[in-house]
Amino acid sequence: MPDQIEKTTPDPVGAAGAITDAAVTGAATAAPKREKARSLGSDAWYDLRRNPVFVISALLILFLVVVSIWPGLFSSTSPNDCDITKSRHTAESGHPFGYNLQGCDVYARTVYGARASVTVGVCVTVGVALLGGILGGLAGFFGGWWDSILSRITDIFFGIPILLGGLVFLSVINSRSIWVVMGFMIALAWPQISRIARGSVISAKQQDYVQAARALGAGTGRIMLRHILPNAVAPVIVVATIALGTFVSLEATLSFLGVGLEAPTVSWGMDISTAAVQYRNAPHMLLYPAGALSITVLAFIMLGDAVRDALDPKLR
Amino acid sequence: MSMLTKTGDASSRGGAGESSTAPLLEVRDLHVEFHTRDGVAKAVNGVTYDVSAGETLAVLGESGSGKSVTAQAIMGILDMPPGKISQGEILFRGRDMLRMSGEERRKIRGQKIAMIFQDALSALNPVLSVGYQLGEMFRVHQGASRKEAKAKAIELMDRVRIPAARQRVGDFPHQFSGGMRQRIMIAMALALEPDLIIADEPTTALDVTVQAQVMELLAELQNEYQMGLILITHDLGVVADVADKIAVMYAGRIVETAPVQDIYRRPAHPYTKGLLESIPRLDRKGQELYAIKGLPPNLLHIPPGCAFNPRCPRAQDVCRADVPPLHPVTEQDGTELPGRGSACHFWKETLDA
Amino acid sequence: MPENPQPTAADSGAGAPDDVARVEAVMAEPVSRGEPILSVRNLVKHFPLTQGIVFRRQVGAVRAVDGVSFDLHQGETLGIVGESGCGKSTVAKLLMNLERPTAGEVLYKGEDITRLSGRALKAVRRNIQMVFQDPYTSLNPRMTVGDIIGEPFDIHPDVAPRGDRRRKVQELLDVVGLNPEYINRYPHQFSGGQRQRIGIARGLALNPEIIICDEPVSALDVSVQAQVINLMEKLQDEFNLSYMFIAHDLSVVRHISDRVAVMYLGKVVEVGTDQEIYEHPTHPYTQALLSAVPVPDPSGRDQRERIVLTGDVPSPANPPSGCRFRTRCWKAEERCAAEIPLLAVPERFKDSDTPAAHESACHFAEEKDVVHA
Repeated sequence: MPDQIEKTTPDPVGAAGAITDAAVTGAATAAPKREKARSLGSDAWYDLRRNPVFVISALLILFLVVVSIWPGLFSSTSPNDCDITKSRHTAESGHPFGYNLQGCDVYARTVYGARASVTVGVCVTVGVALLGGILGGLAGFFGGWWDSILSRITDIFFGIPILLGGLVFLSVINSRSIWVVMGFMIALAWPQISRIARGSVISAKQQDYVQAARALGAGTGRIMLRHILPNAVAPVIVVATIALGTFVSLEATLSFLGVGLEAPTVSWGMDISTAAVQYRNAPHMLLYPAGALSITVLAFIMLGDAVRDALDPKLR
Repeated sequence: MSMLTKTGDASSRGGAGESSTAPLLEVRDLHVEFHTRDGVAKAVNGVTYDVSAGETLAVLGESGSGKSVTAQAIMGILDMPPGKISQGEILFRGRDMLRMSGEERRKIRGQKIAMIFQDALSALNPVLSVGYQLGEMFRVHQGASRKEAKAKAIELMDRVRIPAARQRVGDFPHQFSGGMRQRIMIAMALALEPDLIIADEPTTALDVTVQAQVMELLAELQNEYQMGLILITHDLGVVADVADKIAVMYAGRIVETAPVQDIYRRPAHPYTKGLLESIPRLDRKGQELYAIKGLPPNLLHIPPGCAFNPRCPRAQDVCRADVPPLHPVTEQDGTELPGRGSACHFWKETLDA
Repeated sequence: MPENPQPTAADSGAGAPDDVARVEAVMAEPVSRGEPILSVRNLVKHFPLTQGIVFRRQVGAVRAVDGVSFDLHQGETLGIVGESGCGKSTVAKLLMNLERPTAGEVLYKGEDITRLSGRALKAVRRNIQMVFQDPYTSLNPRMTVGDIIGEPFDIHPDVAPRGDRRRKVQELLDVVGLNPEYINRYPHQFSGGQRQRIGIARGLALNPEIIICDEPVSALDVSVQAQVINLMEKLQDEFNLSYMFIAHDLSVVRHISDRVAVMYLGKVVEVGTDQEIYEHPTHPYTQALLSAVPVPDPSGRDQRERIVLTGDVPSPANPPSGCRFRTRCWKAEERCAAEIPLLAVPERFKDSDTPAAHESACHFAEEKDVVHA
């Protein structure tokens, strides 16, 4: 027997075949052929590309972004070029969606309305993610009194119903530019992201690899940027992407209630508001902006879902 | 105590007592695979074993050997998909459970076959008191009233020696220590007096001093109720203490079976032999440890022939070509060694090495 | 950073011949003695229990480590065993300066490292490194293996010049038995045993003198565990490392350790060479612990005498008075509740030459071989 047994110093493992993840159920991790560097990010991107929900929503969003940047490509008519004599007329050649109450072209207004919705959605999301992410992340990282105070502030903001807040605060402002509306939305929506960021930073902070970095003598900056940030950012991205859709609909809601955007900005919410009164006489006035809004919100929420599926650490 | 002492033994056990030859549970050529993004992972590749009443079978293997997946297939708690039982039978008292209706299987599960998990904290519901969870078994399966159920829960807790059971019946799982929680899991498994218990690494998460208490309790209860016990573990020490017979698994196959005394003295498979030699001993200070080289195989790409061949010191060409069947193991002169089998082309040489 | 190069064994062994004439120096030791490279004196760590959200007030303390002292010598392996909650992992964190002790000292070559901060602390960290228990959480999943093992060089740029790092990392991969071509892969592409090797390579990068190993093999499969233990022993010989090996698996600890300390509820109850602890234990807790270990040998399993302890470990927030083990001890008398037993060579063995004459914190210390029973 002793002849057979080599006292092994560890075997250079390559010889044993492909490196494996000896998952008990043989589940999703082991990669046979494409055994190159596979970061978690590239895995997520691989999953995303193969997810039809992502492909459809991404194409829709791409289209919406193009429309909102270059609306002139899709409509030669100006949305504010109105002819009151055509008020509430239905579709005719060159004006496929008909006219609204003021005799403006509904198709042009639907096309131009995309800009407000997409701008508000994207800017509010970025603003909320930055503000909430940084404040929540710092609270989670440093803890202590800073965390206590921030958590209480978060609770206070959570207590303010966003629509009621909008009706009260925005209605007292005389001229509401798109920036005012976005600022208001960011101010009320950041606590949600802040909570998520705080939680994910706290859970990342407790990981052994953070302890290992500290044991090596790594400074606070390195620990935050190299170790915690990359591992804590995924949940923030997921929640922010899903929230994007709700911000689009929130803007429309505020505009519908008359406390959001103001003319001459073109907004689906405002158009829905005027059209709703005339629904029986001219349903087409309501149909197109409402349809565009629904599709936009749906596209962003689907995107958020797909991103969550790809980034959710529980699935790997 | 009354409900736990066996009355009407013969009727409730279907006369298993007299015909000890008929096994309680037989697994025949079971195959389980998982369909993943990267291909088909073959977790179980033809497992065959059986357990009789009052007997303890230890299924020994490392992570990825398929020992837990087999147990999940028996219990019918395999996630399907991605899992799939592609072949085989699981006979409980001679009837194939894989062909039963969902309703029939549900009746067997919990009442006839119960399972104990490694992690008692996550297996118990944190928002319900342990008394409620124990009593639930009686309310659901036997239609007991709330009061009766509680009384029986207390009795069970006494039975698994939880101190001050009457006072603690309303406590929640997190209020118990790890060892106590594992006792509650055992109580739950015992509640309906099953014929067979499957224990999946029941003491792995516990400290050694508590581990000893829990194993002792389990063995004692098994003996008292004459239950069959399938003990799934990676710990050769625990196996040596309680098992009657052992099945060693590697890459979804059984590579060796033997009565417990024989396998430690004379293993007939190089993998078993390697495992036994690679564990440090408490009672002597060894030199360098023997280490099985390499890594357990990737279940997506199990090596052809004997799955152990890339790590085996005895591997020859035949090992890379042919899958060895489970040979019956005999002495050199042909004397039978009952219960022994080895899935190695060179079992003879290994046995006498 | 003006840093002295790695001192050799000769330097550290030279100083202070007279003072620490400790009892165990009498024992025949496999390693050369002298001034310890690391000595821990009365280390205490209490974690406060607080109530309230904004205004916290302390309502008690978890006494995780409560007066622990031991020495670690150059090239030696000191094993620390104990059940969960005994404070052994907290000791590791204190030695690594990841937690600040409530009281006590950790002397590295005579300097108390618990009071260091900033530059001086960073310099000491080069010499004391750690291997973690869980190979799945101790490697940052977003970094490549090259970045993980190379990070020590980023933090201590004077150890390896920039252009040299990739080669150094590949060398380290080779030393721990991994293919150097794996440098660009991510941790999740490796199995548990391979990840633990990566963790060991990271610990070795700065060429430390001491490695604190917190349960380094308990998450690994049996067949892989032996590989990693052998690797650690090989590296110890090669680099003259001192290990502090913390584990709950008593067999593994015996295999790798020269000396062993047994901990219970924040205190060391018995300490000695592996022979003394395993063959001649005198503390009842050590005896119970050893006898509870399942032996992978079924012959005579029915005759084996086993000390089965009743009950659970008490809460470290509210430990028993006197001897902390007395609530589970079969020898406990009134004296045990009143008087805290000191960790010292028991009176009755003091002048004898037996292996039972090693430090044990029990009023009724008595030798009993449970391993071979």
